Amino acid sequence: MTIQEIVSLVQGKILTGKIAPEESIEYCFASDLMSDVLTVCRSDFMLLTGLSNVQSIRTAEMSDLKYVLLVRGKTPPKEMVDLAEENGIVLIISPYSMFKASGLLYGAGIKGVF
Amino acid sequence: MDLTFQIQGGDFTSAGTASSEVRRTLKELGVDASVIKRVVVALYEAEVNIVAHAYKGEIMAQISPEQVFLRLTDQGPGIPDIEKAMTPGYSTASQEVREMGFGAGMGLPNICRNADVFNIHSVPDKGTTVEITIQIN
Repeated sequence: MTIQEIVSLVQGKILTGKIAPEESIEYCFASDLMSDVLTVCRSDFMLLTGLSNVQSIRTAEMSDLKYVLLVRGKTPPKEMVDLAEENGIVLIISPYSMFKASGLLYGAGIKGVF
Repeated sequence: MDLTFQIQGGDFTSAGTASSEVRRTLKELGVDASVIKRVVVALYEAEVNIVAHAYKGEIMAQISPEQVFLRLTDQGPGIPDIEKAMTPGYSTASQEVREMGFGAGMGLPNICRNADVFNIHSVPDKGTTVEITIQIN
């Protein structure tokens, strides 16, 4: 599924980073607990989180992730947006809850990492 | 190459900057991406542990062509029962730490899982030393 399709599905908005039209992702992992994210060995997934602070971006950086979808309509603080920009991370915001965003993505064919 | 970082307890805004610097250095050295991920995940968890639990600490990273050796020493309350602390899901983290996305009780198990060699030594009311070795090849 392309990133553009994902953004549209979750009524999202891209805050940082650039994406090519054909850029796509097959897997997602949803968590507010960053140590749980850090247990995932693979790096080809989008992180769904409600954690609106710099540590979600730091976690994405250490996990070598390119996409972070911030749910629950949160407005990320400036330092979080700046850190995402600095690391070339695509930060997307969605007004939907974690459950709704995850359900929509799963229903559209996005897989869980395990 | 040796890198040293001073870490301040409670400073969650800066938590991860040392790990980020080590990651950048390893990338510049052309180290394999899967090795870099193991190093920085282990280091980031250990760095967050200092910020979350200690008063202050120091990270020393020694990078050679063969391996990455990390030593993290802190001054803090120490860990009274290391075996318990190593149990996945066990955590003594404060509410503030949990609000920052940590305190799931996966920190030490994550470090151990990514390290080729992992040593931990702690003295209650003094502090903790963690040593992590990860082979590059």
